[in-house]
Amino acid sequence: MTTIEAPRSPSRPARRGVNLEKWGWIYMRVSGVLLVVLIFGHLFVNLLVGEGVKAIDFGFVAGKWASPFWQWYDFFLLWFALIHGANGMRTLVNDYTNPGKVQTTLKVALGAAVVVLLTLGTLVIFTFDACPAGSPAELLPSFCPAA
Amino acid sequence: MSESATGTLTAPEQPAKRSRPGGTLYRGNEGMWSWVLHRITGVAIFFFLLVHILDTALVRVSPEAYNVVIGAYQTPIMGLGEVALVGAIVFHAYNGLRIILVDFWSWATRHQRLLFYIVIALWVITMLGFTPRHLINVFSH
Repeated sequence: MTTIEAPRSPSRPARRGVNLEKWGWIYMRVSGVLLVVLIFGHLFVNLLVGEGVKAIDFGFVAGKWASPFWQWYDFFLLWFALIHGANGMRTLVNDYTNPGKVQTTLKVALGAAVVVLLTLGTLVIFTFDACPAGSPAELLPSFCPAA
Repeated sequence: MSESATGTLTAPEQPAKRSRPGGTLYRGNEGMWSWVLHRITGVAIFFFLLVHILDTALVRVSPEAYNVVIGAYQTPIMGLGEVALVGAIVFHAYNGLRIILVDFWSWATRHQRLLFYIVIALWVITMLGFTPRHLINVFSH
């Protein structure tokens, strides 16, 4: 005798534990909203204020990172943007490759790029030296003793 | 699409009349193109981000190294490239907000097509503000 299951009963039991795909989905939306604010601010300050892109040089970066505000601003920009971008690329890898060696290789490459660039970027922001010894004085920000 | 909010699915009052299939791939129309543009702009922004983290990291090498590379961003050709980059970022930003609205707000789900045209309009307005200012900086001084 055929039994009829209750309507909407799941065809297989729900997986237990943390649903990482759900949290990835939520991350894209939360970080997306934050990135609209962070990137629009980044573009405004770097490209629209004053002479825009023509004003950017070592002294410009040193001037910004003299303030912890801009250090942390760029820190959050780096982390939110790179993880958002890499997770988006993971979606494309899932869409355009089949499970197998190629897919695994692409995902490992993505993960490695994220780890290397987050480490590099974070170290650059927080170990930055605005007045490196032996540099030409005209390239340094005005607050350096050598400038 | 029925506008009723009763929670029941109702058939369209008349079958959709189409002189030709909507688009040539997938489902066509605004929903598909917003998805295509979101992908293309996303990939482009991702690869720029990889390069941009590396070029900024040169501030830790020497002022000379950083200034040489950032000087490349100030050439006329790269200046035009920055217009394309900002255009991609602004579209991805506005369309991303549209996606969030469509996901969480039933009104926006029903009006995703209208929201796509609002995204395009806001993109045009933003680029009209950005592009002249940026190109004046690039081609003068």
